[in-house]
Amino acid sequence: MIPVLAQIEVREAGEGATTCQGKNDTFCFDYAIDNLGDYLGPTGEHLLLVVLSVVAGLLIALGLAVISHRRRWLVPVFVGSTGIIYTIPSIALFLLLLPITDRGIATAVIALALYNLQIVYRNSAVGLNNVPASAREAGRGMGMTDRQLLWKVEMPLAMPEIIAGVRIATVSTVAIATLAIFAGAGGLGEVIYTDGIQRDVFKTPIVMGSTICILMAIVLDAVLLVVQRVVSPWRRVRTI
Amino acid sequence: MSAVAPPVASFLDTFGGSIEFIFQSRTSAQEGSKVMVGGLDQILELLASQALISIVALLLALLLALPLGVYLGHRGVGEFAAVAVGNAGRAVPELALIALMIAFVGTGSINVTIAVMILGIPPILTNSFVGIRQVDRGAVEAARGVGMTEWEIIRKVELPLAVPTIMGGVRTGAVNIVATSTIGSLAGVDTFGKLILGENVYGNEGVIAGAMMVAVLALAFEFGLAGIQRLLTPRGITTQQQLTRATA
Repeated sequence: MIPVLAQIEVREAGEGATTCQGKNDTFCFDYAIDNLGDYLGPTGEHLLLVVLSVVAGLLIALGLAVISHRRRWLVPVFVGSTGIIYTIPSIALFLLLLPITDRGIATAVIALALYNLQIVYRNSAVGLNNVPASAREAGRGMGMTDRQLLWKVEMPLAMPEIIAGVRIATVSTVAIATLAIFAGAGGLGEVIYTDGIQRDVFKTPIVMGSTICILMAIVLDAVLLVVQRVVSPWRRVRTI
Repeated sequence: MSAVAPPVASFLDTFGGSIEFIFQSRTSAQEGSKVMVGGLDQILELLASQALISIVALLLALLLALPLGVYLGHRGVGEFAAVAVGNAGRAVPELALIALMIAFVGTGSINVTIAVMILGIPPILTNSFVGIRQVDRGAVEAARGVGMTEWEIIRKVELPLAVPTIMGGVRTGAVNIVATSTIGSLAGVDTFGKLILGENVYGNEGVIAGAMMVAVLALAFEFGLAGIQRLLTPRGITTQQQLTRATA
């Protein structure tokens, strides 16, 4: 971070206020292209934050869904508690975790994963609950145990709904992860905040950071849409 | 007793200083500074300012999104747009929105209120569309059959039945609004973001105190709106929900 700042001071001193980045009127295309390399690191960090926290959130949410699947009374308990976590604004949650987990990627991933729980858990619980009784009975009739029924019948049939939850969680995590900069975890928030706002509102990095962020959300959503289609072949058959 | 004490002690060790910051002012963390920071007076001032921005933004978002969502839902048109706005809304990073506003529009409380309102609109619009759309068509036809006008159908049949879904959207919108108004402090508005992003002035304990107060404010909105939802929900559908929950 410090070398980047130093490099930019040299650039501004050398080129003065006549260049487009010096005037800072608007988005400076040349500057963005020249410094494209500067955005790679934060983009990678951002992607890592998103992937780690979505995967962690998915695993925990699936665990909770499996636990509450045969104990229905736990469903409102889990929905309520994950809902309360979701209510706490992300920037507050990041900072409240800081004294416990210190600055860095771990804090950000824990907070982001906690956010994902609400939506992914809800979708998983609904998905498992919506499995047609006939499919369950067919499994029972084949002599499946509870566990076989869960992993071979119910879980696969609930997959489209679970992945629908993961898609929503991923898109919002991409957005919220910009705040990870305040937990010391880098990411695209660094481009927007440290390179943009803190450097006298330098417009180019603000636009670049925001654009990359939205593109990342669109691309990941498209990837998950494909995954959703792949894991639910029967849906494709029905639509043909 | 001894099993309870260590967690309490370590909690106080970690957060005690921040709780103290909320109630007791102290000198600024900046070296040589004699400025007093923290204390209930400053906390209440920031609370009032952030709560005001959030409430105004939420009301504006409601004013814009609710009638549109209800109208589209009632007519059954614009499903793609209503749902797409909701999805796109989730993809907008709060930090990017505030940063773009500072860079291209300007600072100040009016700008922040409008920017924050924008993040409240998508869930309210989508949920009011979906909520109205989900109302049993049989109930709507019955209402039409007994001679209700379209306006009466919306007001007496569709809106009451859609209350839980609509209020779900309002609550999500409120969470977005409180969260985003926090970083409104970057645009020169007094919110708890001032503490959170001002470690050199307020110290580490001030930062955590700001985070605590934001969480408290958000939970207050959530519980307040949950209370309003309970008041607005017709008795019939509460008992119906409890029945389906019991049999599920």
